[in-house]
Amino acid sequence: MPEKHLSTQFDSELSAVSTRVMELGGLVESQIRQAIYALSQFSVEVANEVTAAEARVNAMEVDIDRELSSIIARRQPTARDLRLLIAISKTTANLERVGDEAEKIARMVRSIINSGAPRALPSLELRVAADLASGLLRKALDAFARLDTAAAVSILKEDDLIDKEFDGFVRKLITYMMEDPRMISPSLDLLFLAKAIERIGDHAKNIAEFIIYVVKGADIRHTSIEQVESVLK
Amino acid sequence: MNTATDTLERTKISVKNLNFYYGKFHALKNINLEIPENKVTAFIGPSGCGKSTLLRIFNRMFELYPEQRAEGEILLDGENLLTSKKDVALLRAKVGMVFQKPTPFPMSIFDNIAFGVKLFDSLNTTDMEERVEWALRKAALWTEVKDKLNQSGSSLSGGQQQRLCIARGIAIKPEVLLLDEPCSALDPISTAKVEELITELKNDYTVVIVTHNMQQAARCSDYTAYMYLGDLMEFGSTEQMFFKPTRKETEDYITGRFG
Repeated sequence: MPEKHLSTQFDSELSAVSTRVMELGGLVESQIRQAIYALSQFSVEVANEVTAAEARVNAMEVDIDRELSSIIARRQPTARDLRLLIAISKTTANLERVGDEAEKIARMVRSIINSGAPRALPSLELRVAADLASGLLRKALDAFARLDTAAAVSILKEDDLIDKEFDGFVRKLITYMMEDPRMISPSLDLLFLAKAIERIGDHAKNIAEFIIYVVKGADIRHTSIEQVESVLK
Repeated sequence: MNTATDTLERTKISVKNLNFYYGKFHALKNINLEIPENKVTAFIGPSGCGKSTLLRIFNRMFELYPEQRAEGEILLDGENLLTSKKDVALLRAKVGMVFQKPTPFPMSIFDNIAFGVKLFDSLNTTDMEERVEWALRKAALWTEVKDKLNQSGSSLSGGQQQRLCIARGIAIKPEVLLLDEPCSALDPISTAKVEELITELKNDYTVVIVTHNMQQAARCSDYTAYMYLGDLMEFGSTEQMFFKPTRKETEDYITGRFG
């Protein structure tokens, strides 16, 4: 927020809660990175670290929500302050979900390792998708910090790429499973993994949508990219 | 022209190219505004922006003072009230006003209300009693005062006095009710009662309220006009004005960035 309120206390409350969301974003991002690493190295230890971080993510979500409620109760925010606080609340919920997805990946990695047939599966392709998704989340957080609507639009477009990647991967898994029925169980794990990665992309996209909501006051969820671009004109 | 009203709503007061001067001081600058019927319209803005001035033109209150002059048109149901030859008392019966500080007359609660009615209607005792009760009920004051109608109006609490003034205003069955900071001297409970009343009143009247309390405008108005230094900066539905105002100046004021 470039301009200051008459109440400097209000300014510092807003900037404090914004900082907290970015911290939460950073924590969740590192969870994803670790989950991807656990996947590529088939490391149980790293997978366990991802799971261990979840408690911190949950606690931060609760903290941020409490701060938001307090600001709303005491300041009765309006216009862009109101939109910012609503967007922060929703972004926080999305980030917590991303943490859940990272945890899900870690759990799947452990399950695949325990099943004893990890290396034969096409997990490399998953890593590509996972990198795309975590990159997208980082971009979404950067764009949120700067309230950059142009970056938000490019994130919406990029999420479509991840969705396509996911569809291709599902087709490939089906082929694997048809060739060798013994592969069905670990392939299903991989399918859930891929779904988790695809969901991370969706959450990044949601965050991008909230940026446009804050800046333009337009709710562009469930609209086409053409409609989004016309809002931004 | 600022027309926030949609086509289904009828315009009650139409302000066209209105300029207002206190002597040489240009207090209102070319105001254009349409106030819809049976809605609550709030004027907000910092002190000295002209919102009370604008309100006081609607019932020609400004004519009480020398050196004050209005140019342009204010159409009440299509008739320009600035050039109207009609008796100003008749205009004020149509366009009632309630002030910032409660101003009960130094007489009984009953007479406070009956006084204005007598100027315009000759009612018999029963009809007058009915009218007083009706007005007090409308103003959500009846149950509190029904057993002490002969007591002095100034014996009531501030919040009750203000509702008495509103009852007095509606007793003569006006079409428009102007409220100039009606709650600024009231505690939160009396304020809540008056706001409840405002919402109730719009079924029968067109209400225009001037308030310094932005949350009050947000709570009880349908339309909001933001004024600054004699200009009408923005006029729109209250929801839009408090969620996504069009002008940056409005947003800065509403979010408390003004200074």
